[in-house]
Amino acid sequence: MEADRVHTIVALLRDRPGVLNRVASVIRRRGFNISSLTVGNCETEGLSRMTFVVQGDDNIADQVTKQLRKLMDVVRIADISYESFISREMALIKVRANPATRGEIMQIVDIFRANIVDVSPEALVIEVTGDEDKVASLLGMVNHFGVCEVQRSGRLSMVRGMIGAGDSTAVVTRSPNGHIPEVAVEVDRSGG
Amino acid sequence: MKMNGSQMMCEALLREGVDAVFGIPGGAILPFYQTLPEFPKLRHILVRHEQGATHAADGYFRASGRVGVAIGTSGPGATNMLSGIACALTDSVPMVCITGQVARGAIGTDAFQETDTIGVSMPVVKHSYQIMHAVDVPRVVREAFYIARNGRPGPVLIDFPKDVQTEIGEFVWPEEPVFDTDYRPIMDAQTSDLRQAAQLIAQAQRPVILSGHGVILAGASDEVQQLAEKTQIPVITTLLGISGIRSSHPLNLGMPGMHGLASASIAINEADLLIAVGMRFDDRVTGRLSAFAPHAKVIHIDIDPAEISKNVKATVGIVGDAKRVLRQLMPLVTPASHGDWIATIERLKKNHPLYVPDEGDKLFPQHVIQAISDVTDGHAVLVTGVGQHQMWAAHHYNFKERGLFISSGGQGTMGYEVPAAMGAAVARPDKQVWSICGDGGFQMTMYELATCAENNIPAKYAIINNNNLGMVKQWQDIFYKQDYVATKYTKNPDFVKLADAFGILGLRCDSRSKLLDVVKKANAHPGPVLVDFVVESSENVYPMIPAGQSIAELMEDPRIKKANTSGSKGR
Repeated sequence: MEADRVHTIVALLRDRPGVLNRVASVIRRRGFNISSLTVGNCETEGLSRMTFVVQGDDNIADQVTKQLRKLMDVVRIADISYESFISREMALIKVRANPATRGEIMQIVDIFRANIVDVSPEALVIEVTGDEDKVASLLGMVNHFGVCEVQRSGRLSMVRGMIGAGDSTAVVTRSPNGHIPEVAVEVDRSGG
Repeated sequence: MKMNGSQMMCEALLREGVDAVFGIPGGAILPFYQTLPEFPKLRHILVRHEQGATHAADGYFRASGRVGVAIGTSGPGATNMLSGIACALTDSVPMVCITGQVARGAIGTDAFQETDTIGVSMPVVKHSYQIMHAVDVPRVVREAFYIARNGRPGPVLIDFPKDVQTEIGEFVWPEEPVFDTDYRPIMDAQTSDLRQAAQLIAQAQRPVILSGHGVILAGASDEVQQLAEKTQIPVITTLLGISGIRSSHPLNLGMPGMHGLASASIAINEADLLIAVGMRFDDRVTGRLSAFAPHAKVIHIDIDPAEISKNVKATVGIVGDAKRVLRQLMPLVTPASHGDWIATIERLKKNHPLYVPDEGDKLFPQHVIQAISDVTDGHAVLVTGVGQHQMWAAHHYNFKERGLFISSGGQGTMGYEVPAAMGAAVARPDKQVWSICGDGGFQMTMYELATCAENNIPAKYAIINNNNLGMVKQWQDIFYKQDYVATKYTKNPDFVKLADAFGILGLRCDSRSKLLDVVKKANAHPGPVLVDFVVESSENVYPMIPAGQSIAELMEDPRIKKANTSGSKGR
């Protein structure tokens, strides 16, 4: 049995009712727990781009990716975990703050190059963007002030360079196990 | 042309070449039904249950290659179809299911007979649509048939709200299926993969071909046979691959696996190359994966990329249509003889025959299948249910034509045999259709005999009646110390009287001496027939490899050893 690892899967989906349902159903069937899922419009009208992060062994991730690719509403999909890619997450963090602690919190926010987007007599809302580690570190730093609310966006990922997994016109040739080169042709069915 | 949604649906079905549909009406599909008389070319066969409609559509396709259509109403109508849809998905059978739905405004309000049909069917369909505007009907039907047929075939569901059925719009028929994204299954292999495959074939000393349902679906039987003959490689057929090559072909080794022929299972175990075509290494074929084909490299050809290396790691995985890939591969392989290997195979076949009991006038299930095989001369369409009778049918019918074996493989849907045979008989009036039924499965769907009687659908139903849920009982025999919990039917109906009640010919046979006459009489009868073959109930299916086990745990019929004590070493 291979060790579990984090898999980042990027997909282009048709923007149709029920599409998330279909995707989630396939992932559930293979026993994956989705640790994050982010979806929104993309550069092509009628298509959405989704990034989801799951934990599991390579073979199962490969199988899930292939099963998802079979859905009519999945235009392209790739597990980019073995590519060079950028990941960003955004979080909104509401922290207790009074005149005595506000300055210290603002210093921390500066160090993390985060922003304060709301101030009230008892609290601040911090907006932070970065990889998950950065968000986690900032949370660790402000935790003792009293964190009231955290909302994290989930991971957004994009392969580096000109041609990437999510690109609606490009072809990706690599699959995590190195086999099934024909996947390269299969993913190339975007109308975008 | 202006039409309402129902007229558009009928018109679109006709344009897709549909000549018969199986269904049963209800409130939410009624506007569609009331339109049917305007389209007399669309033959509607009124079934008794929506599950029957789906299995009939399934059998209709498997017997003819023409996509079957099943129709039901909303709510329970749709949920009754799920077993048939799941069965079709697992066995890669194209099908279009049309379900009524409550009016658009009532969707999501828990209206009468409202079920979230799209939601409940999602895991068992290849794709589904809910039509929200009548003008979308032609496009959706065009896409649905295209998706059902192409790539790895499968069922597509169209949910059709009641008020869309009456909405008026302009009928515009798309000449080609229009997708807002491109759906193009891979059909052809890449040259580098073909070369690699040809090289593996040239190097192999002990190769076997594993031929599955995909070979029949792709119409690739000729190509498999040509490859086998050119390279002298034996062909093993999975359950659904049976009749992909004629039973008596010298290179045909038959079915492997849990109840496969010992020779086929042993050949896989000794093989150094598996050429798997249109099959998916189901657990009933492989047993314990870690012990499966331990010496073999694997060439896996399948239309579905997700099947490559799913269960058994492929040395070379080729995604494509079986027929086209084999045609591409053929010129690259060199003729071979594999003399030693063929001799080994011949020895295996000789040393591991199937056992057929011979105990005077006692009627055994194997006798029934053999008699039907003889009387129909191996040319009937054979439809089976699921269980012991299915395995005996797989073992003992001598198929002389291709694509004649129709069975619920992946899902093992008991009760499949009654409506599927009905669908097959509707699709192929030129063929004799025999349904091999278990007494258990038969009682799950026997209501469709009324449909056969009403429409004079001449399927012949052979109940292999052992008054047991035989396969489950067999497991209790072997794994549960003959503790028969809930497997004995102590009060089965009188099946002959039942046939009479349905208005069809009923016959009974309980002895070997009467067998041939009864089968001949049934076969010659022009209408539907039910024959109650009362067989020895203690008979079990051998060989058997218990679930999750390997060839080392292969159990052959204990009676073979008695009869053959001084025979071969076997294994």
